[in-house]
Amino acid sequence: MRRAARRWRTLRTVASAVVRRPTGAFGVAVAAVLVLAAVVSVWWTPFDPQATDVRAAWLLPFQRGHLLGTDRVGHDQFSQLLAGSRETLFAATGSASIAAVLGIALGVTAVLSPRPVGAVVVQAIDLVIAFPGLLLAMVLAAVYGGSLATVVAAVGISAGVGVARVSRAEIARILSQDYVLAARAAGASTGRIVRKHLLPNIAPTLIVQLSLVMALAVLAEATLTYLGYGSSPSTPSWGGLLHTQQDYIRVRPLLVIWPGLAVALTVLGFNLLGDALRDATDPRLRSGVRS
Amino acid sequence: MTAYVVRRIGLLVLSLAVASVVVFALLRLLPGDVATTIAGTQASPAQIAAIRADLGLDRSLPAQYLSWIGGVLRGDFGHSQLNGTTVSAELNRKLQVTLPLAAGAMVVALALAIPLGTWAATRRRTVAGGALNALSQLGIAIPSLWLALLLVWLFAVQLSWLPAQGFPVDGWDRRGAAIRSLVLPWLALGLTEGAVLLRFVRSAVLGVLDSDFLRTARATGLTRSQALLRHGFRNAAVPVVSILGLQSAALLVGAVVIEQVFTLPGVGSMLVTDIGNRDLVKVQGEMLILVGAVLMLGCTVDIAHRIIDPRIGSTV
Repeated sequence: MRRAARRWRTLRTVASAVVRRPTGAFGVAVAAVLVLAAVVSVWWTPFDPQATDVRAAWLLPFQRGHLLGTDRVGHDQFSQLLAGSRETLFAATGSASIAAVLGIALGVTAVLSPRPVGAVVVQAIDLVIAFPGLLLAMVLAAVYGGSLATVVAAVGISAGVGVARVSRAEIARILSQDYVLAARAAGASTGRIVRKHLLPNIAPTLIVQLSLVMALAVLAEATLTYLGYGSSPSTPSWGGLLHTQQDYIRVRPLLVIWPGLAVALTVLGFNLLGDALRDATDPRLRSGVRS
Repeated sequence: MTAYVVRRIGLLVLSLAVASVVVFALLRLLPGDVATTIAGTQASPAQIAAIRADLGLDRSLPAQYLSWIGGVLRGDFGHSQLNGTTVSAELNRKLQVTLPLAAGAMVVALALAIPLGTWAATRRRTVAGGALNALSQLGIAIPSLWLALLLVWLFAVQLSWLPAQGFPVDGWDRRGAAIRSLVLPWLALGLTEGAVLLRFVRSAVLGVLDSDFLRTARATGLTRSQALLRHGFRNAAVPVVSILGLQSAALLVGAVVIEQVFTLPGVGSMLVTDIGNRDLVKVQGEMLILVGAVLMLGCTVDIAHRIIDPRIGSTV
């Protein structure tokens, strides 16, 4: 109980340190809006995002209740953006989850395995890290066909290798602490040590990295969907919108502005959130706050 | 130094071997029969059998891999299952677009990042320095393909200064037209990569500005710019060069995207088309070439890194 209270207090300290910075507050706001938009769009959008209505085509913003206007076939752009945020949120959280699990698993394997195995894992991480995530996504798309799942898998795997590389030293440091030795002496299993000692201690650096992975994933999802390796064009997505609307850039350039702006703001938000989290969880700064 | 170069090249060869196995394995994981997939749904059994024989699918996987990699080592990356063109010949043509695209974008990125990054570092506590820093954050967040579309709208649609897309059919024979059609792609790719690079230049110069040797240099009577030019840049270059390797890899991959936006007939467009056609032999060869280029850039940069900064330990 007391430990839960202490953790809650630490969380609150970090959260208030993040929100106090304008950049951190912006990042939190962007993440909150993204989650809200994705959740709300499941039940409600101002118009049916997929409804075509030629009589409502080419409307300008605010005309007939269409906040951001409509396109060639009368798709309400605001509703499309709202519905597209689901893809973006799924790409961000899905990639970050895979990256976290893979990164920790690889890092722990590299640290705890007997020497030859650990060395091989470290070398393998260095080899795979050179393989660009976008190309991996394209190979996967060539084999399995494009889908949101292949995008998430490709981004998650390549980001996970990056997480492993950055976290390995930190994992090694934590696992060689006296309290881990004590826990091991008391008979704790590796799984228990990872759960009870490694995860809470690696969390600060991990959260920072995952925030940056999310930024990367949002950018990658939009780019890959634009190229045709993401969700099918019938599913609303920001990258898909960019692809569809670019053909009408001479007629209605605004239609290209909205989805690009949505991507740019979201990526900026996650990047700034990551920076603010890094500052807030920096042990040098945190020890001052805690005492 | 020689020992390091030999070991680093050894590692490169190992990475290339692993990459080739990975690319080969990934494309053999294809659900169902590879020959049927390549031939498409309209193919007759005879066509499928021909493709199977041509690919050597009747042999074991290791044998298939060895015959493919043997061809690659002799410069034969296979040929298309659809129209019979060899990968090498087509690649040669496509690289004449992709290489100038990537190189030009790199020039734009460096021309943006080095002066502005240094400027932002020396003025870190001023409003202008802060504004530039914020602008670079925005530059990182903007998708290059979106920037490309915005540039097309401004310079091609509104101002009609430059072509919106395409590349002259005669290629570099019409040099003026070729360059004109590459200006917007250079900017789109170079500005977004430059924003990333700018932040690294800024933090590298910041690190040098606080150093003791620069203070000593100032004490000998040099002005700040003289000290920075004579002693600072060489030291700031070390972290920047190491990030340059990753950046040129990102540029190469970014070129794949930008070629699509501007419908440039480069390696990226070729890859996208071949993936769309499920022309797996070509995809396999192109992937290997792209990944190989990325790995070789990394190796070159590591060695360059070593030449600039001999202090770095000999861990590969």
